Amino acid sequence: MMAIIGAFISLVGALFFLLSGIGLIRMPDAFNRMQAGTKATTLGSILFLIGIGLQKPDYLGRTIILVIFIVLTNPVSSNALARAAHGYRKHIGAKMVPDALAEANALAEANALAETNALAAADKMTVDVRVQDVAGKEAAHVD
Amino acid sequence: MADAVFTLASIVAVLGLLLASLRFALGPGAIDRIVALDAMTIIATSLIVAFALFAGRRIYVDVGLVYGLVGFVGVVALARYLEGGL
Repeated sequence: MMAIIGAFISLVGALFFLLSGIGLIRMPDAFNRMQAGTKATTLGSILFLIGIGLQKPDYLGRTIILVIFIVLTNPVSSNALARAAHGYRKHIGAKMVPDALAEANALAEANALAETNALAAADKMTVDVRVQDVAGKEAAHVD
Repeated sequence: MADAVFTLASIVAVLGLLLASLRFALGPGAIDRIVALDAMTIIATSLIVAFALFAGRRIYVDVGLVYGLVGFVGVVALARYLEGGL
C-alpha cells in the first residue's frame, strides 16, 4: 500500500519535471526560463525523492538528506543565476521596468564616484600646500 | 502496480530531462544554457536515486547526493564567472 502511494507521489513529481522542461522550451526570455527551471524542479525533486523513500523505507533517510540539500541549495544557485543574467539584460531583451538592482548599483556607483572626487580634491589641496611651502622656502633661500 | 507507476514516472522525468537538454542545445545565450544545466542537474540527481531503486543497490543514493553537490558548485561557479566576480 505504501509502495503504491509512493509511486503516485513520484509520478506527480515527475509531472513537475515535465512542466519544468516545457517551461524551459516555451518561456520567452532567460528570466522567465529561470522561473520555470528552478522552482518547478525544486518541488518536483521533493515529491519524486519522498516518493522513492516511501517505496523503499531503507532509502528514506538518505532521500530526506538529499531533499534538504536541494531545498537549501537550489535558491542559492537561482540567485547567482539571476544576478549573472541581470548583467546581460540588454542582450536578453527582457522588459524590466522596476529594476531595483540597477538603481541600487547606480546609487552605489554615484556614492563611490563622489567619494573618489572628495579624496582627489583633498589630495590636490595638500599637494598645493606643499608646492606653496617649497616655493616659499626656495624664495627664502634665493634671498 | 507500484513498479509500473514508478516506471511511468521515470519515463516522464526523462522526457523533462530531454526538453531541458533541448533548451541547453538551442539556447541563444550562455545564461539560457546555464539555466537549462541547472534544471538538468536537479532532474538527473532524482533519476540517479530512481536508478538506485531500479537496481536495488543503496550506493547509488550516495552517488546522487555527491552529484547534486558537484552540480550545485558547478552552476554557482559558472554564474559567478558570467557575472564577472571570478
